[in-house]
Amino acid sequence: MSIIIKNKSIEIVIDEEKCKGCGICIALCPLKILVKSDKLSSQGFNLPFPINRDKCIGCRICEYYCPDFAIYIIEGEK
Amino acid sequence: MNEISEIIKPGNYLMMGNEACALGAIIAGCRFFAFYPITPANEIAEYMSIYLPKIGGIYIQMEDEISSIASVIGASWTGLKAMTATSGPGFTLMQENIGHAIMTETPCVIVDVQRCGPSTGTPALPMQGDVYQARRGSHGEYEIIALAPSSVKDTLLLTIEAFNLSEKYRVPVIILSDALIGHMMENVEIPDLSSIKIINRKKPSKLDESQFFLSEDISPMPTLGSGYKVHITGSTHDEKGIRNVYDPIYVDNLVHKIYAKIHKHIDDIVKIETRYLDNSKVLLLSYGSVARSALHAVKLARKEGLKVGYVKLITLWPFPEKLISNMINNGEVEKIIVLENNMGQIVNEVKRVLHKDIEVKFLPPEVLGTIHDPMYILENLKKNMG
Amino acid sequence: MISKVYEHPLIKYLRKGIRQPFCSGCGNGIIAQCILRAINDLKVDMKKIVFVSGIGCSGWIPTLFNADTLHTTHGRPIAFATGVKLGNPELKVVVLTGDGDGAAIGGNHLIHAARRNIEILTILVNNRIYGMTGGQVAPTTPHGMKTTTTPYGNIECPFDLCKLVEAAGAAYVARWTTFHVKQLISSIKKGFLKEGFSFIEIVSQCPIQYGKYIDLQEPAKLLLMLKDLSINKDKAKTINEKELKEKIIIGEFVDREVIGFSKAYEQLIIKVREKRNE
Repeated sequence: MSIIIKNKSIEIVIDEEKCKGCGICIALCPLKILVKSDKLSSQGFNLPFPINRDKCIGCRICEYYCPDFAIYIIEGEK
Repeated sequence: MNEISEIIKPGNYLMMGNEACALGAIIAGCRFFAFYPITPANEIAEYMSIYLPKIGGIYIQMEDEISSIASVIGASWTGLKAMTATSGPGFTLMQENIGHAIMTETPCVIVDVQRCGPSTGTPALPMQGDVYQARRGSHGEYEIIALAPSSVKDTLLLTIEAFNLSEKYRVPVIILSDALIGHMMENVEIPDLSSIKIINRKKPSKLDESQFFLSEDISPMPTLGSGYKVHITGSTHDEKGIRNVYDPIYVDNLVHKIYAKIHKHIDDIVKIETRYLDNSKVLLLSYGSVARSALHAVKLARKEGLKVGYVKLITLWPFPEKLISNMINNGEVEKIIVLENNMGQIVNEVKRVLHKDIEVKFLPPEVLGTIHDPMYILENLKKNMG
Repeated sequence: MISKVYEHPLIKYLRKGIRQPFCSGCGNGIIAQCILRAINDLKVDMKKIVFVSGIGCSGWIPTLFNADTLHTTHGRPIAFATGVKLGNPELKVVVLTGDGDGAAIGGNHLIHAARRNIEILTILVNNRIYGMTGGQVAPTTPHGMKTTTTPYGNIECPFDLCKLVEAAGAAYVARWTTFHVKQLISSIKKGFLKEGFSFIEIVSQCPIQYGKYIDLQEPAKLLLMLKDLSINKDKAKTINEKELKEKIIIGEFVDREVIGFSKAYEQLIIKVREKRNE
């Protein structure tokens, strides 16, 4: 199960099965798009959630720094 | 085989046991040899360092015995037949990685040219002190194959046999030579090489194969770099090599399969040599360099009319239980004297198998660190025959 | 708004069905990504790469990869890797090791592989503690630090592994932290293509074991701490030794052209065979 948030042509995918709620993506996002949500994964970790998704520029810092391959950016068609 | 003619051609040669070991390895197809200097095994390495580059093989002197056996295992997974050689102290160091080779079912040959121990001991004198270590040197539960040559020619042929067994059963094979056999010079006839049987490991035939471990009938072994994406690990694993270190059922499966792999085929693996068994009342059992004295003593005894038989173990591990118990089935044998140049190692296996049926005695040499004087054996025999 | 299933850009490099075994926030996962990105950028055939790893948390990095992987005994991946590389010089061999595995028990093999200049890329994940076994002191643990086996503070000084490997003779030596992903990917690419022994030390966060002892277990904070402690090697020359003691000096320290061992051996074979034909 994944959360997929579309923002114009950028999709932020969060893989609920893989995320371990480490918070690195939340802390490192330069535009503070992500926050720690109350939603728990099946393993009991708090998942991140992009509340300011319209601001996402697809820099992929969240993707590059995720230790669990659990958050990534998909560039959609314009 | 043609390239081997660069190194040796059929004919008669006077050579050292250690040289015969190197030649046997080359003939068997060994093309990777890693080593750390130790007496009395050094000559094996010296010959390999000359031979291997001539035929495109790899010789490397590593920084210690641990890395020697480690690089042998790595090279074996690239498809090469690989060997290392050492003596007691180095053999001790290698045990952890020998366990890795057993666990990962990696074919390789380890030559232990035994010397006097314990510890640094006496490097250039023989002892048969590493027999238990060959069986139980590494931690945990496992089975292994160990062979004992008793002449220079034996060393050549058993080295070839060691590679064949190791490839066939995907298991490390130990050659338990000693300082006497390693350094002695004897005449060896090198036969026409096309007459020598060479066995190679079974490789996977289909790209979608993935069960590379834990078959009693020996799983196919992929070569690194050929697209099988094999995961090779020293951790407890399943048939695909994938680790499971949580569930004891995986431990149970793995250990049983490692044992079964050898024991299911034990009749193919184990060998002994027997002579003068007819109407024997007493048997002399020995192996390695001691067998030379034992045979001489038996011949002398027979000349004097004593009903003595000769048994030489070629395979020490797995212990040839069936062959040994079959030897005394005729009911005539009353006693077996086990001769070893140690404080009694293989004798305990003989006792385990035969003690209910006949008397098992142990005779070390008069002086440890030498092989028995045949006259000393004869004297002892006479006492035992009453 | 789930319209279709999107897979991670690196999915083709990951072995199916393998669960990520690391603790939450562990640097190993970031390193795994950097390795795969480097391979992806270089467009190298994964079939021709062999990953050899030791015992420790970093040793589990290759288990994620859809590739030939050899998981060895503690401290010995470099020795196994030497056999693999010499056995088939066409293969690219990458070693994953840790500070305990690579610099304590495996220190001797590290030194000799560098001296030999065997063509192996060694990635040493330095979390400055023995993570897998519960947090014992390591040869890279900072002086004074408390660990499970230095409850009164560490009285030993840590290695400078890059200096050690440089002195031993490696062709490429670099140090980064898990914060410096771009530089890391670039270094891995360089080390991969280098002829000779390449060594990349990556100072990595261990939130559970190391973090426990400095009262900083939040992964992001620990990662940012590594960033704050880092100083570029050129800048490091301008500050005094006392200030430098706490710092992590990052950069590329060695990048030279020296013939690799397997190449030198190939040349030896050619020479020997030529002589034979004379």
